Amino acid sequence: MSEKVKKSHRCDIISDECKGCARCVNACPKQVLEMGTKLNFMGVPFAVYKGEGCIGCGACFYNCPEPGAITIIEITADERP
Amino acid sequence: MIMGERVKLTRPEGFFETFDRRPGAVKKNMHYCPGCGHGILHKLIAEALADFGILDRTTLISPVGCSVFAYYYFDCFGVQVPHGRSAAAATGLVRANRGSVVIGYQGDGDLAAIGFNNFIQAANRGENYCVFFVNNAIYGMTGGQMAPTSLIGQKTTTSPYGRSEINEGYPLKVSEMVAQLQAPVYVERVSLTSTRNIMKARQAVRKAIKNNIEKKGFSLVEVLSGCPVNLKMNTKQMDEFIDTRMTDYFPLGVYKDESAERQTITYPTPVFDAEKVREALYPDKIGEGVADDYRCGSAIFDRELRIKIAGFGGQGVLSLGLILAAMGKQRNFNVSWLPSYGPEMRGGTANCAIIVNRGTIGSPIVDSNCDLLLILNKPSLEKYLPELGENGVLFYDSSTIEEAPAVKPGQMLFDLNASDIAEAFGNLKCANAVVLGALSAILKARFLDERDAADIDQLVPDALRECFHGKEKIVNMNIEAYRLGQQKMSEKLTD
Repeated sequence: MSEKVKKSHRCDIISDECKGCARCVNACPKQVLEMGTKLNFMGVPFAVYKGEGCIGCGACFYNCPEPGAITIIEITADERP
Repeated sequence: MIMGERVKLTRPEGFFETFDRRPGAVKKNMHYCPGCGHGILHKLIAEALADFGILDRTTLISPVGCSVFAYYYFDCFGVQVPHGRSAAAATGLVRANRGSVVIGYQGDGDLAAIGFNNFIQAANRGENYCVFFVNNAIYGMTGGQMAPTSLIGQKTTTSPYGRSEINEGYPLKVSEMVAQLQAPVYVERVSLTSTRNIMKARQAVRKAIKNNIEKKGFSLVEVLSGCPVNLKMNTKQMDEFIDTRMTDYFPLGVYKDESAERQTITYPTPVFDAEKVREALYPDKIGEGVADDYRCGSAIFDRELRIKIAGFGGQGVLSLGLILAAMGKQRNFNVSWLPSYGPEMRGGTANCAIIVNRGTIGSPIVDSNCDLLLILNKPSLEKYLPELGENGVLFYDSSTIEEAPAVKPGQMLFDLNASDIAEAFGNLKCANAVVLGALSAILKARFLDERDAADIDQLVPDALRECFHGKEKIVNMNIEAYRLGQQKMSEKLTD
């Protein structure tokens, strides 16, 4: 049994706050973001997180011109007994 | 297995949670176009303000340009100033409150065009505030016209064949210019194209704000930012344009940084001594004055009185107007005095318009329905007689105007050889005081009730003292000339 504290990250995108400029998609070093095909309430396609691979670097957050469209979450998995 | 979640990066606390000031249904987003650099810079500033804990003492000055509504977003104080006047407002804000943090947020039109003198003078004075200068090489809000920072060859709506250095000159290198000045403490040019550049910009923003907090003087951060809409590019092409074309002419980097060496500036403590302010504004108590609820009783004061005085420059036309205005003011009327001169100052006609009203005065211009016309030379008579109202009163100086003018029925006509009297009195410059004396005699005889008639001889010396305060000799001479004029006019009226 491994006695480790594992850290991983997640990128939450509020679809209605995204204007679809794709800056985050271009900026992500791990290419875990992509432009979706659905439209949000403003009528633009929004960026989506592919579901895994986020390293929490914050590149998407700082490249995003919207104040709160992107949130980076750090997930801690404590595997100690 | 225990799982925990922590928010690492999210909407900075320097922003309002919801943008209630923004009209419309969208309350979480900013108004900028998709991919605009403003949003990125806003985020860096909001983050820094929250991290430094200075939201309660920061004022962000919104310019004219796309970022005109910056006060919708930042949870600090906000002022929106006229085009280019950011530096003037910032100077007032930092000087009035030395503990405040002031941020001038300006675009290339606001800073480098219309507001450049304001800006460069504030930088040269080393005012303790920081400027974030967003340079996108184009006028964004108005639809893509050429900016002072547009590149050579760049096509815009106002340079359809591309900017030419022969016709429009070279793009303005603002950071380089400011770095040459003695006073500024920190000047850096950054860009918002890649994560690496954005993180550099983040450091620059924080350093500039820190210099402001530590009172080290003026900081400028020039931010090369994109306008994808007006450059007609997608965000990727736009970043490429900035990284190659723009940074080629506007190299990134630190142009000046004396943040470490500079000491905190110690400002002299301003003196707010109410007594000294009163002394400076109102050096002497003038006359006895009247109570605030004093009202002149004569019927002529029940409506607005419109007066025009005209003559040639040097006759004391303007100062006679000032004296009349001072008289009205001292008896609780609202007054306006509007001088008009210019090329006419030497020999032509000079005039001033005075309005006396118990209520509010609208326009200070008198060009029709004049109640009282005081004319001191012939050209003025010809020019302004048509402006006399139906029941208006015309007074003219008969020493310069020999022929009595024709007035309409209902209008009243008076005259006195005021200049001749003043000359005989020993000083031609007193002609206006002689006219004032004549006017008081006419008013006493025809228009004033008993109390106002008795009051005017007290009021005139007070008004003269107000207009020529500190020059007792001139005041006394004018009072004498006034009495002389009054006496001569009374004699004439009783004849």
